[in-house]
Amino acid sequence: MSEWIPSAHELERRELRRQQRLRRTLLATVVTVLVFGGLLAGVLASPGWPSVHALFFNGHHAHDSFHEVLKGFWINVKLFMLCEPCILASALGLALARTTRSPWLTPLRLVAVVYTDVVRGVPTILLVFLFAFGFPALRLQGIPNSALFWAGAALIVSYSAYVAEVFRAGIDSIHPSQVNSASALGLSRAQTMRFVVVPQAARRVVPPLLNDFVSLQKDTALVASVGVFDAVFSARDYGNYNFNYTPLVVVAGFFVVCTVPLARFCDWLQRRWLERERAGAL
Amino acid sequence: MTAPLLELADVRKSYGDKVVLADIDLTVDRHDVVCLIGSSGSGKSTLLRCLNLLEQIDDGVIRFDGEEISDPRVDPRGVRRRVGMVFQAYNLFPHLTVLDNCILAPMRVHGVTRSEAVQRARELLAQFGLSDQVDKHPDRLSGGQQQRAALVRALCTGPELLLLDEITAALDPELVGEVLTIVRDLAAAGTTMVLATHEMSFARDVATQVCFLDNGRILEQGPPSQLLVAPEQERTRQFLRRVLPPAG
Repeated sequence: MSEWIPSAHELERRELRRQQRLRRTLLATVVTVLVFGGLLAGVLASPGWPSVHALFFNGHHAHDSFHEVLKGFWINVKLFMLCEPCILASALGLALARTTRSPWLTPLRLVAVVYTDVVRGVPTILLVFLFAFGFPALRLQGIPNSALFWAGAALIVSYSAYVAEVFRAGIDSIHPSQVNSASALGLSRAQTMRFVVVPQAARRVVPPLLNDFVSLQKDTALVASVGVFDAVFSARDYGNYNFNYTPLVVVAGFFVVCTVPLARFCDWLQRRWLERERAGAL
Repeated sequence: MTAPLLELADVRKSYGDKVVLADIDLTVDRHDVVCLIGSSGSGKSTLLRCLNLLEQIDDGVIRFDGEEISDPRVDPRGVRRRVGMVFQAYNLFPHLTVLDNCILAPMRVHGVTRSEAVQRARELLAQFGLSDQVDKHPDRLSGGQQQRAALVRALCTGPELLLLDEITAALDPELVGEVLTIVRDLAAAGTTMVLATHEMSFARDVATQVCFLDNGRILEQGPPSQLLVAPEQERTRQFLRRVLPPAG
C-alpha cells in the first residue's frame, strides 16, 4: 500500500481544490479590505474627525496617562481573577441545587430558584452600591470593610445568578440516555452528575461562560462608582484634570487586550474537544 | 445504452496514514441492489459516506448518472437531492415530530408545497405501518419504528439511489424483520440501493450483487448465489463461516 502514487486525475483534482481555496481566500480578502477600508474612510472624512482625534486619540495624553491607568487596571485584573472562580463554583452549586430530586433538599431548591429570580432582577450597579456602602456600615468583625471587597462580593452574587442559568441549560441539554446508562452502571445521582453529566454540560457551555466572564471583566469597572481607584476611575481622574478623554480609550484597549487571547484560547479548547470526541461521528 | 446509475473506479480514501478504502471498483445499474458485507471496520460505512459526498475521496472517480461527482466543482447538494441515506443510529431530528422529520427536505430542499409533502409523507408512513406515530416525536417510538420513520424520511424526496448503512444493526431480531420486510418491498419495487449489512440471509434474497470488503478493498464481488455459496477467496469463506449459521 505504500507504493500508491496519486493518479493524474487526483492530482488534477487537488490542483482544482487548491484553485478553489485560492479564489475563496482572495474573495475574502477583497471583501474585508473593501468593507473595513470604506468604514475607515467614512470616519476619517467626517467633518468632526480632527477634534475627535485630538480629544480621544491624543498620543501625548495616552503616553502620559498610561502608567496611572495600568496601575488601576491591575485592580480590575485582580478583581475578576478572584471573582471568576468563586462565581463558577457558586453558580454550579446553584444549578445543581435546582436539579436535585431528594425531598430533603426542597428548601435548597427553593432558595436556588428565588435567589436566581431576585438577584437577576436587580441591576448590577445597584448591588455594587448596596454592598459597598451597606455592609461596611454594619461594622462586621473579622472581614474586610473596604469598598473594594464588598464591590467584589456584589459582583460574585450578581454573576452567580446568571452563570447558574448557563450551567442549568447545559445540564438540561444532556440527553436522558446518558443519565440512564450511568444509573445502569450503578452510579448514584450525585456521581452521575459529577462524572457524566456535568463534564459534558460544562464543555457545551464554554462559549456562554466565556461571554459572562468577559462581561464580568468589563463590569469590574463598576467599582469606580463606589470610589475604588481602578482603571476607569484613574482615567476619568486624569481626564478631568487635563480635559482629554484619551485615557478612556487606553482603558478600552486594556480590556480588549485581556479578552481577545481568552476568546482564542476557548476556541482552541473547544476545537480540541470536538476533534477528540466527534472524530468520524455519523 | 444508458450509463450505469453509479460507477466507481479506483476509489481511495485515507485518514492520515490509515488507508480505509483502496482500489474500489463498483458499478451499480438502475434497479440493482448491491449488498456490502464484511467485518466491522472493513470500510463499508466509509464507502457509503463517500457515495453521497459526506467524505472527500483521495483518489479515483465516482460517477453518478454519467456525471463525475468526485469533481470539486460539483455541488454536493445537487447530488444529495437525488440520493437518500439511512443511518445505523436512525439520526432522526429529536425536536421534530415524525411527520415534520419527513416533510423537512421535500419542502426546504425540493420546494414541494406543504400540503403535497404532508400527503406523500402520510401515504408512505401509512404504508410502513406508522399511521399512529405521525405526530409523535422520534424518542417516543420503538427502535424499529424509528428506523422505519428514518426510511420514510429518506424516501419522501423520491431518491434515485438509496444508501442504507447497517440500518438493522441497532435493532433486536424481532424488529430487524419489520425493517427488512420494507427494504425487500422497496427492492421488489425496483428501488436502486447500496446497503451495508450483516444480515446474510437478507443479502441472499434481495441482492443482485454482493461485495465482500476486507481491509478497505473489495476482495470479491458477484451475484449472491455465487459469492455467498461458493466464494473464491479463502478470506471470504472464513468470514462467511463465522456469520452464516451452519448448514443443515
